[in-house]
Amino acid sequence: MDSFDNQHKTLEVIPANKEKIQKIWKIALILLVVTLVEFVFAFTMERGLLLYSIFIGLTLVKAAYIVMEFMHLKEESKALFWSIVIPLLFVVWLVIALLNEGGAISIYR
Amino acid sequence: MSTTAVLDGPKRKVWGGGNEPLNASYGKLMMWFFLLSDAFTFSALLVAYGMIRFTYPGYAGPAEDFVGSNEYWPVPELVFDAFPFLHGVHIPLGFVGLMTFILILSSVTMVLAVEAGHRNDKDAVVKWMLWTVVGGFAFLGCQAWEWNHFIHGTDTGSTFRFLIDGDWVSQTVKGANLSVNEYGPAAFAQLFFFITGFHGFHVFSGVAFNFLIFYQAAVGKLEQRGHYEMVEKVGLYWHFVDLVWVFVFTFFYLI
Repeated sequence: MDSFDNQHKTLEVIPANKEKIQKIWKIALILLVVTLVEFVFAFTMERGLLLYSIFIGLTLVKAAYIVMEFMHLKEESKALFWSIVIPLLFVVWLVIALLNEGGAISIYR
Repeated sequence: MSTTAVLDGPKRKVWGGGNEPLNASYGKLMMWFFLLSDAFTFSALLVAYGMIRFTYPGYAGPAEDFVGSNEYWPVPELVFDAFPFLHGVHIPLGFVGLMTFILILSSVTMVLAVEAGHRNDKDAVVKWMLWTVVGGFAFLGCQAWEWNHFIHGTDTGSTFRFLIDGDWVSQTVKGANLSVNEYGPAAFAQLFFFITGFHGFHVFSGVAFNFLIFYQAAVGKLEQRGHYEMVEKVGLYWHFVDLVWVFVFTFFYLI
């Protein structure tokens, strides 16, 4: 009986919220503009620590938009939010430790 | 006349059962934790790239004089400067920019599919899932071209010096494989193949999942189920693939 009912179940379609869809396109535009800015910096600035810091900063901006807006992480419960974000801090140490190690190896090469 | 039991009544205790931990469904929660572990995998790969890169001196000369050498790390914008149908034209990072553009757009169509799923709008879900699949295939096609060009190399190749049986021998190297490449140290091509390959494999499986959900939405299976949460779950995976590309793009192509 139950499965028979399900065969004919149609869900009620909720009309689209224009504002919500506009916001999605706006974020897409931001992501593209940030990428273009990265290109501009890549071809106008000297390679060096400053340029690399700018690249990493802009990358984190893009990452934040994707995770928070596209993946809706900010709408999840606080506990879930932090249980995803806090473990990622371990990566920071991995970066510091291994880049140091790489520099040390280059001296002995 | 609901056919499912109504769980009203007095409020149950935390350990009374029936609660959703962290207010997320089982599937979504597991997807998040899987993505976290996958993020560690990709971090390890990219940090390994950084470490190995730091063990070599970088190319320091002027950009126009750049030639590949196994003694220093190449400048990526001078390696990745080819564009399909424009043979011999120097367009630094042009093609990889196009790939980034394609992947961001397919991420946008994915959000639109998820949004349509929230509204139970089957037609819109089907439409946007299809566009997402198309975007995924376009990206994979670009990557196939990129690999093909990387493997076959430039017309001239580079002259490398190798220490063979105690003598320095000059050899012309063309293209790239896992033991030698014309752009830089062997590790450069190894990391390129491994990191972009691992990401490409994620894109490929993402396209497969997206196609499956597109199909299930199109034949009305998700409508029967009563919700479009599967779109949301594959959406999380697809956005993650885009997220990883953002980092690969920065650390492999820009820096």
